[in-house]
Amino acid sequence: MEYIAGRKSSLTWAVHISVVALVALWLFPTVGLLVSSFRTADQISSSGWWKSIFPSEQIVQMRTGGADAAVQENDVWVVTGNLLLDDETSPGADVNLTRFGVSSREVDAYAIGETATFANDKKTFTMEADGTYRFTSVDELKSRGQRIFATATVPPKFTLANYKQVLISGNRTDSMAKAFFNTLTVTIPATVIPIVIAAFAAYALAWMNFPGRALLVAAVVALLVVPLQLALIPLLKLHLGIGIGKGYLGVWLAHTGFGLPLAIYLLRNYMVGLPSDIIENAKVDGATDFQIFTKIILPLSFPALASFAIFQFLWTWNDLLVAKVFLIDASGETTVMTNQIVELLGTRGGNWEILATAAFVSIAVPLGVFFAMQRYLVRGLLAGSVK
Amino acid sequence: MSPALLGLVTIAIGVGGCLAYFYFSNLLLDKVLCPPRGPNAGRNINRANIIRPWLFLGPAVLALAVYLGYPVIETLRLSLTDRSQGGAFVGFANYSQMISEPKFWEAMRNNMLWLIVVPAASTAFGLLAAQLTDRIRWGNIAKSLIFMPMAISFVGASVIFKLVYDARPAGKEQIGILNAIWMQFEGGAGSLVFLKLLPIIILASFALLVGFVVWLLASPLKNSTEGWGLKLLRASAALLGLWGVFLSIRTGFGIIAASLPYGEPQTWLTIPFYNSFFLMVVLVWIQTGFAMVILSAALRGIPEETIEAAIVDGANPFQVFFKIKVPQIMPTIVVVWTTITLVVLKVFDIVFAMTNGQWETQVLANYMFDKLFRANDWGVGSAAAIVIMLLVSPILIWNVVQARKEMR
Repeated sequence: MEYIAGRKSSLTWAVHISVVALVALWLFPTVGLLVSSFRTADQISSSGWWKSIFPSEQIVQMRTGGADAAVQENDVWVVTGNLLLDDETSPGADVNLTRFGVSSREVDAYAIGETATFANDKKTFTMEADGTYRFTSVDELKSRGQRIFATATVPPKFTLANYKQVLISGNRTDSMAKAFFNTLTVTIPATVIPIVIAAFAAYALAWMNFPGRALLVAAVVALLVVPLQLALIPLLKLHLGIGIGKGYLGVWLAHTGFGLPLAIYLLRNYMVGLPSDIIENAKVDGATDFQIFTKIILPLSFPALASFAIFQFLWTWNDLLVAKVFLIDASGETTVMTNQIVELLGTRGGNWEILATAAFVSIAVPLGVFFAMQRYLVRGLLAGSVK
Repeated sequence: MSPALLGLVTIAIGVGGCLAYFYFSNLLLDKVLCPPRGPNAGRNINRANIIRPWLFLGPAVLALAVYLGYPVIETLRLSLTDRSQGGAFVGFANYSQMISEPKFWEAMRNNMLWLIVVPAASTAFGLLAAQLTDRIRWGNIAKSLIFMPMAISFVGASVIFKLVYDARPAGKEQIGILNAIWMQFEGGAGSLVFLKLLPIIILASFALLVGFVVWLLASPLKNSTEGWGLKLLRASAALLGLWGVFLSIRTGFGIIAASLPYGEPQTWLTIPFYNSFFLMVVLVWIQTGFAMVILSAALRGIPEETIEAAIVDGANPFQVFFKIKVPQIMPTIVVVWTTITLVVLKVFDIVFAMTNGQWETQVLANYMFDKLFRANDWGVGSAAAIVIMLLVSPILIWNVVQARKEMR
């Protein structure tokens, strides 16, 4: 057995490394979006997000003081000061400068501490790493100072401004606040109502004997895979015909209908597995079916109810198609987050700071639910597909 | 009234209404219609027991019939009528119009590609992840991180991957990771390894995987007693797989012959044929977690003795995996494969959000949405929906057969 043990330990490292690689690969895209949502538009377009975690080298443009800051010393005009502190376009005081230049063609011609001589030897400029500079000129200076380019090592910087813009600014195109509440309004009834209806039906299919039961179970299994694309036009016609129109009621009903097969299937499979003694004992003791259901079956089925609730919640929260067809009318007042993100992709396709933040706002809630209730989700998946 | 308040009221009315319906209808049945006392007590109890299941089932059956049963029939009817002629019956005119459109065939071709690539890749990655994470201590954390994309909406995932595929003009800093990596290649030995050799290895292993599935599908054809329907299904799935093998071999030769435009940033989503694969990556990224969770449970269910016996007989870890474990979890692999197939057939959001079917990335579900809500052509849209239904129906029948087997 030594051979096997040795073999195993040599492979373990390979396994660890492959899993790390796999997880990194799977996380990388999401992390990219998360990091981008904390960066300003300039930062996003000037460097890839993976560089934002480390200090980055940037070329910054600043200006020395002008004529009013100049002092005459021995026939030359001299301006002294600190570019990083005085200038309003400065990247901040915590920046480290490494090189500088005085023309846009040679932005990094001089090392820190060197003296640049330019404009036919009439002007000189020198600068230290902390931004203090000395600028001299033989001629009188103009009111605006000299342009200076510097290579700066900027520490990573993050901002919450995007979240402010997306959540509380009230900006008509960017604001997700309304869409967030609309999504919530769609989601909660669309999750709760099918559970109640399905629980009763599942109990009947699991524990009551009546002709046609097998047929009904088969029908539920068949409806499980019917693509909801099929239902769009007929149901929209129906909704418009009976006066529900496009709106919350329509989308709640639609989600209820589409969620029912899975709900009944999951709950029935779970309820069938409950011990029959309990139910028979209760019947002997004179409990009615309604009492058995509410007092015994429902509490015992909690895990199955929870896993379906998570499924339905994730599905309704993330849904785009059903909302587009049954909810969102021309006024756009009832838009949901997924739809607003698609619209943002069209109107603000290049504004990654807004897009990333908006997408993350919509992703955050399902991710929270996912990590909090993962156990039930996994259990539901296993019950739903492996039989 | 504010929508949030309306929502709360709806929850109260909906849930309260359901509960009240169930409570009072049961009460009505027990106290008024068939009271279990008096001269006809026995008969009443029997009657109540016949009626009661239908009280419990009533709302669900009604909702299922209206929201899923009726639409199937109505869509079938709509696909045979023309809306602009006031709903007149036009036979198969919509279908023949549809099959004369190049966009439809493009959607069909892409859907077939999705059908081969996404389930195969998701299942393979899922199996790999399940096997790798099962035996290490932090496996559960790794699993939940790989599983996480399941919670992300298709739209959110589209945004995430649009950032990955983002392209800036040449000379500017690339902010999409794919282009940033691509710009590192300039035609040297590294490029040869990563851009020619690696894709060919991946394609070859993919072709082998699909070839293996084709062999699995086709080998029982010769001497089995299966019905004609099942045989036909096997044969068509095997043909689809063969087409996939052919495509991957052709693409492999294409990669060898191609001279790649090094140093130019690529707009990945506008490169015909290959852009479909960039969209598929999104779905594979989402579905791998699902496959992993289910397959990992199946792997744990394998009896230890079989593995021990194989090790004692001198099997190496790869043999243990492919010859002992995989055959034992084959039924689960089939379930995972078909479940992902169903997701693929309905894939809409990803294509809609990322390319909207431009640059030859159309798929059936988006084609249908286009017809229904942009061209306002209900006839052709319904016909496309029926095509999706037809593609789903083999799985539907198989599921029902399996369920009936279990019921017995």
